[in-house]
Amino acid sequence: MRVNFTVNGRPQEADDVWEGESLLYVLRERLGLPGSKNACEQGECGSCTVRLDGVPVCSCLVAAGQVEGRDVVTVEGLADYARQRSCGTAAGTSLDEAKGWQAKGTDSQTGEGTELSPIQQAFIDAGAVQCGFCTPGLLVAADEMLERNPNPTDADIREALSGNLCRCTGYEKIMDAVRLAAARQSEGV
Amino acid sequence: MPSPKLSTTFEQGGTPTGAPTKITQGSKTKGGIGESTLRPDGTLKVTGEFAYSSDMWHEDMLWGQILRSTVAHAEIVSIDTSEALAMPGVYAVLTYDDLPTEVRHYGLEIRDTPVLAHGKVRHHGEPVALVAADHPETARRAAAKIKVEYKELPVVTDEASALAPDAVLVHENRTDHHIGHVPHPNIVHRQPIVRGDVAEARRRADVIVEGEYFFGMQDQAFLGPESGLAVPEEDGGVHLYIATQWLHSDLRQMAPVLGLPEDKVRMTLAGVGGAFGGREDLSMQIHACLLALRTGKPVKIVYNRFESFFGHVHRHPAKLYYEHGATKDGKLTHMKCRIVLDGGAYASASPAVVGNASSLSAGPYVIDNVDIEAYALYTNNPPCGAMRGFGAVQACFAYEAQMDKLAKKLGMDPVEFRRLNAMEQGTLMPTGQVVDSPAPVAELLRRVKAMPLPPERQWESSEGPDVRQLPGGLSNTTHGEGVVRGIGYAVGIKNVGFSEGFDDYSTAKVRMEVINGEPVATVHTAMAEVGQGGVTVHAQIARTELGVAQVTIHPADTQVGSAGSTSASRQTYVTGGAVKNACELVREKVLQIGRRKFGSYHPAWATAELLLEGGKVVTDGGEVLADLVDVLEDEAVEVEEEWRHRPTEPFDLRTGQGNGHVQYSFAAHRAVVEVDTELGLVKVIELACAQDVGKALNPLSVVGQIQGGTTQGLGIAVMEEIVVDPKTAKVKNPSFTDYLIPTILDTPTIPVDVLELADEHAPYGLRGVGEAPTLSSTPAVLAAIRNATGLELARTPVRPEHLTGTA
Amino acid sequence: MDFLRPASWEEALAAKAEHPTAVPIAGGTDVMVEINFDHRRPEYLLDLNRIGDLYEWEVGEESVRLGASVPYTQIMEHLRAELPGLALASHTVASPQIRNRGGVGGNLGTASPAGDAHPALLAAGAEVEVESAARGTRLIPIDAFYTGVKRNALQPDELIRAVHVKKADGPQQYSKVGTRNAMVIAVCAFGLALHPETRTVRTGIGSAAPTPVRAQAAEEFLNAALEEGGFWDKGKIITPSVAKQFAELCSAACNPIDDVRGTASYRRHAVGVMARRTLTWTWESYRGTRRATEGAA
Repeated sequence: MRVNFTVNGRPQEADDVWEGESLLYVLRERLGLPGSKNACEQGECGSCTVRLDGVPVCSCLVAAGQVEGRDVVTVEGLADYARQRSCGTAAGTSLDEAKGWQAKGTDSQTGEGTELSPIQQAFIDAGAVQCGFCTPGLLVAADEMLERNPNPTDADIREALSGNLCRCTGYEKIMDAVRLAAARQSEGV
Repeated sequence: MPSPKLSTTFEQGGTPTGAPTKITQGSKTKGGIGESTLRPDGTLKVTGEFAYSSDMWHEDMLWGQILRSTVAHAEIVSIDTSEALAMPGVYAVLTYDDLPTEVRHYGLEIRDTPVLAHGKVRHHGEPVALVAADHPETARRAAAKIKVEYKELPVVTDEASALAPDAVLVHENRTDHHIGHVPHPNIVHRQPIVRGDVAEARRRADVIVEGEYFFGMQDQAFLGPESGLAVPEEDGGVHLYIATQWLHSDLRQMAPVLGLPEDKVRMTLAGVGGAFGGREDLSMQIHACLLALRTGKPVKIVYNRFESFFGHVHRHPAKLYYEHGATKDGKLTHMKCRIVLDGGAYASASPAVVGNASSLSAGPYVIDNVDIEAYALYTNNPPCGAMRGFGAVQACFAYEAQMDKLAKKLGMDPVEFRRLNAMEQGTLMPTGQVVDSPAPVAELLRRVKAMPLPPERQWESSEGPDVRQLPGGLSNTTHGEGVVRGIGYAVGIKNVGFSEGFDDYSTAKVRMEVINGEPVATVHTAMAEVGQGGVTVHAQIARTELGVAQVTIHPADTQVGSAGSTSASRQTYVTGGAVKNACELVREKVLQIGRRKFGSYHPAWATAELLLEGGKVVTDGGEVLADLVDVLEDEAVEVEEEWRHRPTEPFDLRTGQGNGHVQYSFAAHRAVVEVDTELGLVKVIELACAQDVGKALNPLSVVGQIQGGTTQGLGIAVMEEIVVDPKTAKVKNPSFTDYLIPTILDTPTIPVDVLELADEHAPYGLRGVGEAPTLSSTPAVLAAIRNATGLELARTPVRPEHLTGTA
Repeated sequence: MDFLRPASWEEALAAKAEHPTAVPIAGGTDVMVEINFDHRRPEYLLDLNRIGDLYEWEVGEESVRLGASVPYTQIMEHLRAELPGLALASHTVASPQIRNRGGVGGNLGTASPAGDAHPALLAAGAEVEVESAARGTRLIPIDAFYTGVKRNALQPDELIRAVHVKKADGPQQYSKVGTRNAMVIAVCAFGLALHPETRTVRTGIGSAAPTPVRAQAAEEFLNAALEEGGFWDKGKIITPSVAKQFAELCSAACNPIDDVRGTASYRRHAVGVMARRTLTWTWESYRGTRRATEGAA
């Protein structure tokens, strides 16, 4: 079957999709967007978290055919998504301010122009990335939580991220990263 | 003078999808060792661009599928692949009979593992046949059409069934180098250690405690499933993009089975989604290459989570029998123990696990009289091998329980009792080896105990109880009823690096040249970056040694010599040591060039100790002699060199004596738990850790390692266990639904106190970090639960049943 | 495999009538796991995501008509007052991502004894609205809905449209035991609702019998004990002996198995503990409300 939907703001078409394929498979294997990860394929780990019409879901549990005509944001589009959000918010962070989140001291060669969302930058700065396999899903989930709840308590963060397993970090640096992103966000506003 | 702009260029293995991805990451700081520089692969990982092994993609690639045994122990009567082969979209179906050479087994130490089952399967989930097809669903359907007829055999599942006089033999005709010294063919390896006079010491003991402990089978549960892409090459060879812990070990095992010389099997490290020991053995490497070579097309294999539980070895479950004695003033007199490890159907790393379990079975204590025995069984259970802290983890769980029992019997504080018996530099191990670098066991315990305790009843709020902070969490099982707090302590000892005489070396190739007017160092090793941050540290070492701001980390592959395994807490020590060594050699060559070009201009070239700093050659007094740009001009300096740590020696097979280990590492934990004593549910409130790391090359990464290792220890304490049916030897919970690992709501705050007492034998004085925190975390949690409940709790993980008498 | 995408409820019913083996998929949180792991290869998948009605709810006089696909997140956020037991149960479902997709219709369709919504529905009192193209709508009382392990009273041509849950007329509670503090399948679960209007108590037990069940003997005992002791009127504290006996009868209502998630013995024990605790919580809440009402009057 054929599936048409929007990914990270761009219309996409996937052809010859087997009806049993998940959104995750279509993203990874048909659309060249492997950022969403295939860690459990049973909704237990959150590594494949994407936003489906704005709502965080496990893309491994969405049948490909169910996304027809819908809007998906993956980790690959997270920086753009965050930038647009900050531009669109009346009292929000300006584009220039958003750029202020750039890696300190970056003097990239080929990485030039890699703009990151605040949560992405905070994950790097706080040491929340080790193997990084859980990272895309955590970023999408954490970004959405900060959108809803800009000043989360620790318990709020833990609840919001309880569907995202990490095996490397023991979560402490992930907590640090989300706190850091929240703090920078509130300073920026 | 403005500080130089720093950057690390991180290159990933040229993926078949496109050009190598490069990214640069910088820091305001000088970026040498001791600083918390950021990961060079961080940006790629947060944007989703980092290419993990399962992300590999190639035009026209096929999907490989493995058919695995549905029973644990059986004769294979017949295999019929005709229906599968006839399916449209299927390109190949392979069984044992299709293997290209006479070498059809592989193994880390003992080549006992069939590439595909031949005549017999020895455990549930053993690979029997391979399929390559144009879509994963086609491959699955085809695999389902392969007809395998099994004739089931009785299963060996425990010590009793393995060692009975008429026991079924898991491997009938063993010829490996351990068979000569094991008392039964179902024992892979046995290591006794005897020292002192236990009988005499036993008579001196005022108190004696005994214990029988059980440690469950833990899974590494790395998040990135086994996967890789094999691409056939024009010269008849194959190029494998793979997530592994040790490229060259894979290569050594793969090439003979593929019937290819090693130079025709090229390996590039793809992104690795965690490892923890589970990628030390081969998984789909040979299978993908066989299919690629057979079909002439690129073949990708990606395990799903179910298959991953069968696709790698687990942590050995263990039964541990201990006896300790002490005088009434609290001094340990002796220890006797027997540790029985279940190695499952194939040897994997069992011999090394036995070596660790036996040699570290006394813990970080002074015990002059010991009688130790450890062995690993062959059974029809899932094969077990390396996992973070292997061998030492199981022992620590038991000896720390014993320490608490002794302290209780003596009426002593458990921490004071441990401190009284703590080893220190100069202590003799049970193996007779002198601990010849700092062993601050008492200090670690003191520090962890001195940390402030978390406040009581943190779950209370003005709006009522916050269930997220109570046992049971979101499931709303208690609002404080039945909740009792407990505190427990533990400390452990782990060896660093490969032991027992293994030639444990690493190789680094370092190049220095001027690019765009700046001196740049390139570091090329075959080290598997599995998340630990080796790539960060290598750049730091190059900056420290070569005084450059720009460092490029070359993709890890087999075009450079072996780096050894990313395991045993060894990579920063050994490959870090190799990078340091290669940098030093490069520096020497650079200085030679400098002397040649500029020696006559300044006497310091001949007389002073010279350093490379800030892109310049300087004297140890700080005087600038030349710019590196001027020294090198268009010359490139490159060195590839192997580096070894001090040699170790095997343990004597009868007495266990020998300088078997190169370094020890130590961590201590204090666990604070709250237990719902009625429902048997546990919430770990805090897991404080103190660890000596010798020298923290990257403090942020060091703390991350300690917290991660601590959490894996928490998992085995309260939830993680692969359950194997004792009647059928089949795995009952191969999924993330029923094999539970800690969520962020199960994981407490983990304050870390890092000590840096240099080991003079190690590069920069560093000490391997990764494993020690996984040892003491589990027994500390268990001790805290015992403290809260008053129960004995001799097995881990503790399930609610064990706390409520409903097991 | 065929993927059917009805755009309306009527089209969905027609498709189900034409292909009775079609497997409805809404949140996908059960069906996709089975497909991903090759446990199931349905001939047809019937996608219900495009049917907007299923995502809506109406709060009526007596009950809430809850569309089959209303995600658990919405129930937690918007129906806490009307359906407190179900809202609590919703909060225990898996993870935020799953709660954003899954709804009660899926729990009912799968009818696993471990479904988190069942005990809350049993305790509150509910009817399942099902429909077929041939025979139209019927309401199945929740007590008659679960017919066996992963079996329900649905006919092959029927689809679940909504569930009508009685609005709470008193405090409700829900507890679930799992061996992890989040994202866990129930080892066992317990729902309890006080119905001051009828002076009755209803219960629901999950994962401790082949189907979700009520502890009817326990309910009868408690109803009688509360009535006889004049507890409802006087707002007395539940005596420990009453709570204990209620808990024991709830345990006795279980018919659990030993499995990898827990032993039968533990399940019985835990259901008793949860029964006692949820009774205490709801009753204390009832007493508090009563006092507040009296204080205001």
